[in-house]
Amino acid sequence: MTQTHSLQKKNSRTGRTALWVGGSAVVFFLIAILVNQTPLKETSLRLFFGRSALNFTLRAAVPLILGALSGILCERSGIVNIGIEGMMLAGAFGAFVVKVATTALPLPLSLFLATLAALAIGGAMAFILAVLSIRYKVNQIISGTVIITLAAGLTTYLFNPDWVSKGKFSNITIPLLVKIPVIGEVLFNNGLLTYLTLLLVVVTQIMLFRSRWGLRTRAIGEHPRAADTMGINVNRMRYINTVIGGMLAGLAGAFLVLEAVGQFKEGMTAGRGFISLAAMIFGNWTPVGAFGAALLFGYTQALQNEFLLAGVTAVPRHFISMLPYVVTIVVVAGFVGRSRPPAAEGQVYESEM
Amino acid sequence: METPQTTQKKPLFAPIWKTLRMPLLALLAALVVGAVVMVISGDNPLVAYWGLLQGAFGSLEAISRTIRKAIPFIFTGLSVAFAFKAGLFNIGASGQFLMGTICAAAVGVNFEGLPWIIHMPLAILAGILGGALWGGIAGWLKVWKGAHEVISTIMLNYIASLFVSWTVYAGGTQGQQPGPLSDPVAAARAISQTRDVFESARIPPLLPQVFDRVHWGILLAIAVAVLIWWILQKTTLGFEIRTVGENPHAAQYAGIRVGRTMMLSMAIAGGLAGLAGAVETLGLNYKFAPEFTGSVGFEGITIALLGQTHPLGVVLASFLMGSLYGGASKMQFDSGVPGEIIQVVQALVLAFVAAPAIIHEIQRLIFRNRQSAGEEDTPTVHIAPEGGLGGTK
Repeated sequence: MTQTHSLQKKNSRTGRTALWVGGSAVVFFLIAILVNQTPLKETSLRLFFGRSALNFTLRAAVPLILGALSGILCERSGIVNIGIEGMMLAGAFGAFVVKVATTALPLPLSLFLATLAALAIGGAMAFILAVLSIRYKVNQIISGTVIITLAAGLTTYLFNPDWVSKGKFSNITIPLLVKIPVIGEVLFNNGLLTYLTLLLVVVTQIMLFRSRWGLRTRAIGEHPRAADTMGINVNRMRYINTVIGGMLAGLAGAFLVLEAVGQFKEGMTAGRGFISLAAMIFGNWTPVGAFGAALLFGYTQALQNEFLLAGVTAVPRHFISMLPYVVTIVVVAGFVGRSRPPAAEGQVYESEM
Repeated sequence: METPQTTQKKPLFAPIWKTLRMPLLALLAALVVGAVVMVISGDNPLVAYWGLLQGAFGSLEAISRTIRKAIPFIFTGLSVAFAFKAGLFNIGASGQFLMGTICAAAVGVNFEGLPWIIHMPLAILAGILGGALWGGIAGWLKVWKGAHEVISTIMLNYIASLFVSWTVYAGGTQGQQPGPLSDPVAAARAISQTRDVFESARIPPLLPQVFDRVHWGILLAIAVAVLIWWILQKTTLGFEIRTVGENPHAAQYAGIRVGRTMMLSMAIAGGLAGLAGAVETLGLNYKFAPEFTGSVGFEGITIALLGQTHPLGVVLASFLMGSLYGGASKMQFDSGVPGEIIQVVQALVLAFVAAPAIIHEIQRLIFRNRQSAGEEDTPTVHIAPEGGLGGTK
């Protein structure tokens, strides 16, 4: 069992994941088109495939996608990041503070600066995680716990309920494409950060599997010693990847404040960082897979919302909300499929050179 | 004749100082950094910390509050520390706590007329079993399915939280059914909570003339800490658990059933967190409502590490953390400094305890010309073997 072998095996599995995600998306949208465009729409199918359910799914999925990408960047390079939740929350707070502070500036500039702040704060939190985990060799689960507790404490301590943020990213309609029935209306009428997220999924997927950086990242996550022998600075790569990962988590926070909600609330990430981790695992540590998983988890939230609106009370909402967590356990335990984390994940690397 | 006495005296106190030095320095450093954060955001740390001290120890009421806060901390700290000994990371104390809470409450609000001597122990036992079941699931998933306990316990936390909210759910205006344990009187006012547990299921208050709402749970907690110490140090099971934690392969080779030991450790850890929930419900709140989830999740990790995963260290660390959280509200009232600064301090304590090298570097910066003593013999906390999340490898 050489390491190259397992790398290749993983790549072929990536292709299969992409096929699965793509295939189910096609089937799903076909049903959705049927339900929305034909007389079928009067039936209860609308609950499951209606336009509002689909819109809600995407909106709920965006922070999960970004969080999962954050996790993938860290874990592929060998750093376990359970602190995504904290980075997201800190990013959201940073975006909010800068947004409030720059109210006087024109809205687009203010939003831009706020997004930058979220990236910076998320990256800074990730840097703390990286320093603790790499330099001080702290168990990475504990480093992550530090980040979560620190972010929750700091944001609540510094938050001032009198601050109000005005204005957020508005929807940009992409002409022509938006005319595509259902798909177009769901995909091509969104805020800037949503488009950016969708783009990031594609970019990360390609970069991770087709670029030199991606090969190196995967190599140090699977077999750091071998990578080191080939002249790759393992810990430097880990610092860089973790900080970029933190920026992505911060961007998820920016999405919550600047595009979805428009305000900051204490503890507003509400466990999204942890669901992101689940999406990452469900997606087998690949961006496209995690994207599919995040959509699925977003969909369970949408269903919960639709059921509530339609007054469906047969299934208590608590049990619908449980679905992402149950699904994750089922996947992690290998009841359905099997996920395999990077081999060197969570291990401190010390160069012998 | 004099000389041997003086040499004997030294080892009596030196080990205590050696063990306490690192956690205390970590706490001190965390408080200092917390003060810096307060100065930066325009608060006066001296006023804040004085308020904190007053709020934690300034009166009998304050001391009572500190003890009340320490009770669940002892149990959840023990829970995390116990799992650490087996090389497992129990991040699921909050879910196990909730399952313990709801199971104890379920027994407590039912079985009217049972004598106290049966009802209360039965309710406590139900809490232990609820938590042990929840911890045991994570253990089972790890041992037989290869699911990493960190991921499964995080997920189980959310499932537990949703499950208990459902059991006490008041129902909705659109015909949503109320949960099985929901109190109909409160539900009519759209409040989700259980009925009060019967008098016969309650843990009695301890010296109510002296303390304010302190109950026998504190003595139970200390007794359980001693019991856990005894199990770990003096029994075959404890030896097996520690061996598995040190080196599962060696344990396997020595004929210890590693899977069974791990699963049992997770169940015991879960039972301890469940006991925390039971004691909180039966001794303090007398009912369960979703907002009683309490701050017991990540605190357990901090306490276990601050106590160097030693059961008696956990008790000391719990009183320390109890005083921080107990004093926070008074601090906020006196100085206007938000109590959440305590959470920041807690995160810093965790970081410094887990990374003693940071403290050494600070020491070196301050006492530049002096060799910082005892660097090599600092007890490093033994925790779960390094490794990633996810499935078996």
